[in-house]
Amino acid sequence: MGNNIIVSGSPHVQTEQTTKSMMYHVVIALMPALLLSFYVFGLGAIIVSIVSIVFCIGFEYLIQKFILKVPTTISDGSALLTGVLLALNLPAGFPVWMIIIGALIAIGVAKLSFGGLGNNIFNPALVARVFLLISFPVQMTKWPEAFADRMKLADATTGATPLGFLKEALRGEGSDIRELMKSLPDYTDMFIGFIGGSIGEISAVLLLLGGLYLIWKKIITWHIPVSVLLTVAAFSAVMWLVDPTQYADPLFHLITGGLMLGAFYMATDLVTSPMSPKGQILFGIGIGLLTMLIRYFGAYPEGVSFAILIMNAFVPLIDRFLKVKKFGV
Amino acid sequence: MLKTFPKGGLHVPDNKLSEKEAIQSINLPKTVQIPIAQHIGAPAKIIVERNDKVRTGQVIAKSSGFISANIHSPVTGTVTKIDTFLDSSGYKNPMVSIRVEEDNWIEEVDLSTEVNSEITVSKEEILQRIQNAGIVGLGGATFPSHIKLMVPEHAKAPEILLINGVECEPYLTADHRLMLEKPDEIIIGVQILMKALGVSRAAIGIENNKKDAIKILSERIKNIKGIEIVPLKVKYPQGGEKQLIKAIIKKEVPAGKLPLEVGAVVYNVGTTFAVYEAVQKNKPLIERVVTVTGKSLVKPSNFWVRIGTPIEHLLQAVGGVPENTGKIINGGPMMGKALKDYTVPVTKGTSGILLIPKEKSNRRPMQPCVRCAKCVDVCPMGLEPFLLMALSDNKLVERSKDDNILSCIECGSCSYICPSSRPLLDYIRLGKADVNKFLKSQKDGK
Repeated sequence: MGNNIIVSGSPHVQTEQTTKSMMYHVVIALMPALLLSFYVFGLGAIIVSIVSIVFCIGFEYLIQKFILKVPTTISDGSALLTGVLLALNLPAGFPVWMIIIGALIAIGVAKLSFGGLGNNIFNPALVARVFLLISFPVQMTKWPEAFADRMKLADATTGATPLGFLKEALRGEGSDIRELMKSLPDYTDMFIGFIGGSIGEISAVLLLLGGLYLIWKKIITWHIPVSVLLTVAAFSAVMWLVDPTQYADPLFHLITGGLMLGAFYMATDLVTSPMSPKGQILFGIGIGLLTMLIRYFGAYPEGVSFAILIMNAFVPLIDRFLKVKKFGV
Repeated sequence: MLKTFPKGGLHVPDNKLSEKEAIQSINLPKTVQIPIAQHIGAPAKIIVERNDKVRTGQVIAKSSGFISANIHSPVTGTVTKIDTFLDSSGYKNPMVSIRVEEDNWIEEVDLSTEVNSEITVSKEEILQRIQNAGIVGLGGATFPSHIKLMVPEHAKAPEILLINGVECEPYLTADHRLMLEKPDEIIIGVQILMKALGVSRAAIGIENNKKDAIKILSERIKNIKGIEIVPLKVKYPQGGEKQLIKAIIKKEVPAGKLPLEVGAVVYNVGTTFAVYEAVQKNKPLIERVVTVTGKSLVKPSNFWVRIGTPIEHLLQAVGGVPENTGKIINGGPMMGKALKDYTVPVTKGTSGILLIPKEKSNRRPMQPCVRCAKCVDVCPMGLEPFLLMALSDNKLVERSKDDNILSCIECGSCSYICPSSRPLLDYIRLGKADVNKFLKSQKDGK
């Protein structure tokens, strides 16, 4: 008696939810949007996804095993999630060797060189996306058209994303956005995802559903996505009311580009977002404002990924000053 | 909308396995071991010697110092040893060991079972009887009860008496059963405490998962002025003193201050029952309700247990210790203490004994913090456990103090919820000890 008794500090029970299960829930939440993109873009999307996932996990294993010589953590699901997120940020049919570079940047540079899971300041998949966008601007903005050439691996018919098209067209003198938008797919198609774009940015509705699933499962809280989306809606509503000939309406901005993907899956990345609800709201507002500033006035048609990375850098500062109110203080 | 505290908290599966089991008496053990430090404050001073004959209810150790409490013999028998024994703290402490011979109570005690509802004694007498009976907070804090009745001269006058019938700890049902079985006595106890404090209002807070207790007590107070039953939302740690006060009177006890600061005095329902027995029946605190529970037990039960009874004796009464037991907890799973073995005695603060099977006894291996903020979300004191753990680990004592590490009530919510199984509370406890040491050294330096 007594020798097999375990003594430890309280509490003596713990929740069933683990870091690993949280990572897998995020992957599950992303599945509908990923599968839809397979349907819309065909083989090109499937190949990009497989390569991205395999190499993200592979690099984590190789670097930890042979360079860092630490126990590998590939089973925790975080490398898998980075792989899925990176794929969702790339156009279908993106060259394989460039994906491999992206995976190396995401896992090797943005994650492991900072100390691995929990220590990275910037979202690894977004660092890789921005790296690729700056390094290979042509390939990164070659968007296959929806339903065209689904069985082809390369040289698919390409076109602009709705945001890219508007940005380009508005440069023309005297153009009226209301006329220009007539040549875009209608809102229902944009909402469902039958448009050109990167693998993960096309279906606002499925990303939204997945996001609600994450809130329901208590993986994320509402603070970041709601503050991002409301800020974007409010900002674009003001601009649209001021000059509807130059600025698109709020709904257009909500359902296009990487906003849903960014708001629900990238900005809410546990490691790189603030801890307190107040801090999360400020973080979300910052992302919303920066996104719209880039969309309106920047050189790129889309700004969600830059906005999130910039706000990632502010997280330590936000955590320092926006704390939860302490009881009785 | 049920009342509750606004910040933090969480839902832990409540596993109240023994809530339908009436409190049973248990036969006396062969020997009892009575620790002389069963309360917060100075240990009592032993006044018996080896080979002395003692009777049930007789004082064997006297309160020493302002914060201290009397200890009584729970049985009739012979003192066989005065020595140090292992107690629930995991250390050896002085105890009086008594061989049990009979159960012959001292004469002053009224052993009749009828309920005596007339409160005839004066305020001062109430305080005196509570002090004589050695009553301490039975919710687990074991703070000597009479001291809360002695309001310092310059302090705010108490406005409301709050009775804690929340029992938010999973598994434990001792308070619940007591409310069901002794409602009249509890209400009289409340009236006694109201008289002693000179307050006209009292509220009994009960978590809404004990609807039968809410119903029974509500019926009993129908014709009594000033007492209110407050059903509370089921949320851990609703039974924390500060959380209970916040939920019922919506005031926050300032950090480092006592409930009296906001005009409240809080007693646990078990303590309130003991107050009734001390004042109306002259009965010292020598027994209490203990829940013996766990999923591996055939029949989780509630018992009336004499102080000093070895835990082993209780476990035999529920059919022995199951083969696969990995942990024995004194208390509930969230705040209870893991015991080294079965020989330690039941004390005034023992509300339950919980057995946890081997496969559930080890924590999962620790993973890196992924900054998910769940610990911040659940902390009922508005602290940042992830940060306090890092500060404690790095011995940043002054920063720990500035981040209010001493406000931590050790409810365990952070460690419970952490998906990376990080031992947040373990580190916070170390940090608190460091801060207290630091504050003491500063004080001594001046």
